[in-house]
Amino acid sequence: MIPELGLAALWLAAALAALQLLAGFVGTRSGNAAFAALARPAATLQAFLCIIAFCALLYVFAVTDLSVQLVATNSHSLKPMIFKLSGAWGNHEGSMLLWVTVMAMAGGLIALIERRLPEKTMMATLCAQAFVALGFYAFLLLSSNPFERLAEVPPEGNGLNPLLQDIGLAFHPPTLYIGYVGLSVAFSFAVAALLTRNVTPDFARVMRPWVLGAWIFLTVGITAGSYWAYYELGWGGWWFWDPVENASLMPWLAATALLHSASVLAARDALRTWTIMLGVIAFSMSMLGTFLVRSGILTSVHAFAVDPERGSFILALLTLYIGGALVLFALRANTIAEGERFAVMSREGALVVNNVGLTAILGVVLLGTLYPLLTEAFDVRVSVGPPYFNPVSAIFFLPMLLVLMVGPLLRWKRDDFTRVRKPVAIALAVTIVIIIRAVFWDGIGLLPLLGLGLAAGVAIASLAPLQGRSLRRTPLAIWGMCIAHFGIAVALFGMAADTAFQKERLVAVSVGDTVEVGAWTGRLDSVNAVAGPNWTAMQANMHLSYDGGPELEAHPQSRNFWAPVMETSEVALLTRWNGQLYVAVGSQGEDGRWQLRLWWKPFVTFIWYGGLLIALGGVLSLIGRVRSDLRRRRGEADDSEEIADAAPEPEPEAQPA
Amino acid sequence: MTQETSGGIKPKHQRLVLILLAVGALIGASLLAMVALQDQASYFYVPEDIEANPPEPGQAIRLGGMVETGSIQTAADGVTTEFVVHDGIARVPVTYTGILPDLFVENSGVVADGRMDANGVFVADQLLAKHDENYTPRELEEMTAEQMRAELQESVE
Repeated sequence: MIPELGLAALWLAAALAALQLLAGFVGTRSGNAAFAALARPAATLQAFLCIIAFCALLYVFAVTDLSVQLVATNSHSLKPMIFKLSGAWGNHEGSMLLWVTVMAMAGGLIALIERRLPEKTMMATLCAQAFVALGFYAFLLLSSNPFERLAEVPPEGNGLNPLLQDIGLAFHPPTLYIGYVGLSVAFSFAVAALLTRNVTPDFARVMRPWVLGAWIFLTVGITAGSYWAYYELGWGGWWFWDPVENASLMPWLAATALLHSASVLAARDALRTWTIMLGVIAFSMSMLGTFLVRSGILTSVHAFAVDPERGSFILALLTLYIGGALVLFALRANTIAEGERFAVMSREGALVVNNVGLTAILGVVLLGTLYPLLTEAFDVRVSVGPPYFNPVSAIFFLPMLLVLMVGPLLRWKRDDFTRVRKPVAIALAVTIVIIIRAVFWDGIGLLPLLGLGLAAGVAIASLAPLQGRSLRRTPLAIWGMCIAHFGIAVALFGMAADTAFQKERLVAVSVGDTVEVGAWTGRLDSVNAVAGPNWTAMQANMHLSYDGGPELEAHPQSRNFWAPVMETSEVALLTRWNGQLYVAVGSQGEDGRWQLRLWWKPFVTFIWYGGLLIALGGVLSLIGRVRSDLRRRRGEADDSEEIADAAPEPEPEAQPA
Repeated sequence: MTQETSGGIKPKHQRLVLILLAVGALIGASLLAMVALQDQASYFYVPEDIEANPPEPGQAIRLGGMVETGSIQTAADGVTTEFVVHDGIARVPVTYTGILPDLFVENSGVVADGRMDANGVFVADQLLAKHDENYTPRELEEMTAEQMRAELQESVE
């Protein structure tokens, strides 16, 4: 009964999306206000129905209802409850339901609370949102029904890929999806702005918190995904330039650029067309990512189903939405009036560098990700990895870091470099000193070398905007910017330090032998078998100490799951403030020795701390923006710097061509 | 608007300059990417290709084939494994230092990332073997199919 309830809720939600599209469209065209008024409640109710459907899916997974095909193929009655629940989205159909649910929730939320836009633009936004949602409802209901029943109920389910049976999975996909799909709001806003020819600073102010929200989730999702791959895959790497990772990085790059250009539009009424373009691109990258990941044209742990029919369906949706939006953009772009002008040496100028750089990196990553698919069309199989991605993206990233040292210190519109000379000179001097010092360290590569220097410089420069301000009176948005930029420095430092100084040790040892890596000394005490709810493992028991310090225990395991049959490596991590020891155990050789792989990874944890700081910066900025917006609504004075140094209110615009 | 704000550029050209800048950077990025891809993409080889058209030593490539029966040997250090990959036509010796994937066994498919050394030995950085019945490296999937075809043909002849 519950699965049918979920399915019915989904169909109803799809019908409401159709109503929302119709009401928004007809209502706006014919001026029928009563009919148009239906669009908002339709969006809200839709979100509610999707949540019901999603809860129904959680329920059938929780009770392991094997009459539902999805449960039978992906779950198992012996799995721990948390993995039963997270298994609901650890498969194709469930993850698409999650996608649709998040999309409906985003749409419902704008319908519910967004009152700042002109009603016409708002209706167009809801139309666009409903139009995109309809395609994904169709995809879900017609080709990926999560509630499909089985004629014969199997005695037991097939289980979930053990790599996915991890606490990280409980949070990683929902977080990323909220980010991915949250960008649909920016897409709908951009399309609506094109349709109604209404691109104003107000529009950017409305769009910005939504982009910021989605971007925060994307940032957290990518950070968590990187950490998951690091400890779960047992290879000790934190970024593999795997197509699936790239699929999450590309929307993030676009959203980061969009955030910055929306700031220019909100504060200075410049970069109008560009901001709209980025709004379209950001969600297009989300959809492209979904296509790459879900269609099965790439093989990875994320590609749940290799089903050409689904691939073509998503490809058709992709062509319709991205193509349609780009055509609309091409038709309307020249009707958007040029915004305010600015000097090269200005905040806007620096943000243009940020935008162009991020877009270039996006292009580099996109080409590298699609290249193997292109060559395969000519029957040449290649793989593209770090030797391509690292240097080519660094060519654009490193100059951006230099501009990042200057940009936040500059005033809007035009500025004089001599005014900011001092902090920039200090940051640059530190950068150069560290680079010169580091050149003498043995075997350090060019990128880690530059990374270390620039990380220090950016760390100093990122806090410089706080200098001379009363810290308590500094607007939250400024704090957000400084902390996010500081987070970039922290993450960069972690990456550079780990790459430059990591020590690896691969040995075969007998029980009782000692092993050394970096400043660590350790001993293999014993190896014994252990059992979990759905696996057995060989567990190595070790004692390790750092530089003669206290002995710490580590218990890496090599696990055998039996449903489905698969082996995974559970690494042991010993975390210190200055890095992490990473221990993996392999198989036993014929001579009885055990293979051990140990890495000492200095400051590797800074990568994820940095990612979290970047997200924290976003959160602070979001709180600041929402607060000042609430204050503005109440008609009080506003403390955001935007109003303080923004240009006078622009004239109403949108002259049709 | 009467401001003279564009730092030397005539105001009415600013939008054009911005567009040119963006387009220029994107074209530059694309060209750079294409050139780098030509250089850095690692091509997929089977042993027959390596015999017919040997890649430069040191160039990153991906090798796929079957692990020859009886060829797996562990070196004295306990962590280096030597084996032979074949495709029924040619054979390539491979050396790999590291923890072996769990389903790495004789007479089954393997895909290895690495490079040829000067002595014609393939030095693998990473082995991709089957993780489980659903997750197979793409090349491997097709490799086993090709292998199947070859075997069928042999048995018919």
